[in-house]
Amino acid sequence: MEVTQILDAKGLACPMPIVKTKKAMDTLEPGQVLEVQVTDKGAIADLTAWSAAAGHTLLDHKEEQNVLTFYIKKA
Amino acid sequence: MTIIKMTAAQVARKLIEKQPLFILDVRNTDAYDDWKIEGHNFEYLNIPYFDLLDGVEEIIPKLPTDKDVLVVCAKEGSSVMVAEMVAEAGRDVFYLEGGMKSWSSYLEPIKVGDLTDGGEMYQFVRLGKGCLSYMVISEGEAAIIDAVRFTEVFTNFAKEKNVEIKHVFDTHLHADHISGGRHIAEATGATYYLPPKDAEEVVFDYTPLEDGLTVKVGASQIEVGALYSPGHTIGSTSFIVDSKYLLTGDILFIDSIGRPDLAGLAEDWVGDLRETLYRRYRELVEDLIVLPAHFMIIEELNEDGTVAKRLGDLFAENHGLNIESEEEFRHTVTDNLPPQPNAYQQIRQVNMGKITPDNEEQTEMEIGPNRCAVR
Repeated sequence: MEVTQILDAKGLACPMPIVKTKKAMDTLEPGQVLEVQVTDKGAIADLTAWSAAAGHTLLDHKEEQNVLTFYIKKA
Repeated sequence: MTIIKMTAAQVARKLIEKQPLFILDVRNTDAYDDWKIEGHNFEYLNIPYFDLLDGVEEIIPKLPTDKDVLVVCAKEGSSVMVAEMVAEAGRDVFYLEGGMKSWSSYLEPIKVGDLTDGGEMYQFVRLGKGCLSYMVISEGEAAIIDAVRFTEVFTNFAKEKNVEIKHVFDTHLHADHISGGRHIAEATGATYYLPPKDAEEVVFDYTPLEDGLTVKVGASQIEVGALYSPGHTIGSTSFIVDSKYLLTGDILFIDSIGRPDLAGLAEDWVGDLRETLYRRYRELVEDLIVLPAHFMIIEELNEDGTVAKRLGDLFAENHGLNIESEEEFRHTVTDNLPPQPNAYQQIRQVNMGKITPDNEEQTEMEIGPNRCAVR
């Protein structure tokens, strides 16, 4: 998987991780992948639901040392 | 226009006084469907905040102008963002301070009634989660039953009332919420009681709560008496206070009965539940006022916000007390049970003292409704 851009949203509380993710996605081309790093646990459900609603594909997510990393492919 | 903070206490007042409120809940739909702020005259619109990032124009016409509009999210941040957008569009709007997290934590203390010689019975209603805790007060002393984890609410209330907390009870090992009982006892020097059959795995010291145990609260000797009433758990114990109130824990609620499966032994305990509800409780005086440890639906609230009803009325009206066939009863309380409370196995571990999560983790575990009943 080729990551086009990495967004560091660690330490940010809701709604900022999604606000920043949306802004970053707006700059990408369809098919490109954004890596998002967050520490807010609420982001799991919200990023999943937002990606689905926006038509993007959540390729994968993992949790390491309290950092959640998401890979989202732009629609 | 302006955005104004609304506290959980203010929402509680609106709920109890049956006032209207329009709730714009901006959490994701799964979270909203699972659990929301219930109110007799509350209206709702659920649109996740992430669907409103491009603007709120589409929802403005759906917001009423003749009642308060309250924006609600999980912790507050998103509700402030959406409220600011709504205000920019020309509307006055409120947001819930602390979000659903603070709604879940809020306790409303309400006096249930008087006891002998100036004693008082208070119910602490945790509206967001449906938990009910109790404080018996008499002549400078207090006993607490089924305290939730916000221990300062109880210790501060005792200070206000100028009473010393002497006895702290849990009717059973809770699975839906984290008990504050042990910590209140540690902080005040009170005795902490737990039914031994529920406490086989606990890692702290406690005083066994046995059938027939009585304690006196205050000099005029208001009696708190224990009645072994298994079924929700094997140790579940009820209390009769001042020959007037029956504290049923999670065995009997106003409009439902306890579920026997949260410790994993539904089939084993259904007989105990039947025995408690259809024999032990039947031997009691029907004029006792039942005070349960939970409510599930706001229709169970009385006009003053308390959750309390005469035992005789429950024998007549509560479906769970009127299932004649034992087979049907068994079927009702073991099949088709509702989902278990959020993180109930972890919560039991916390209440046994086996794990000690931090405050934020405890909040996460307690998200959602209590789900201790079967209707």
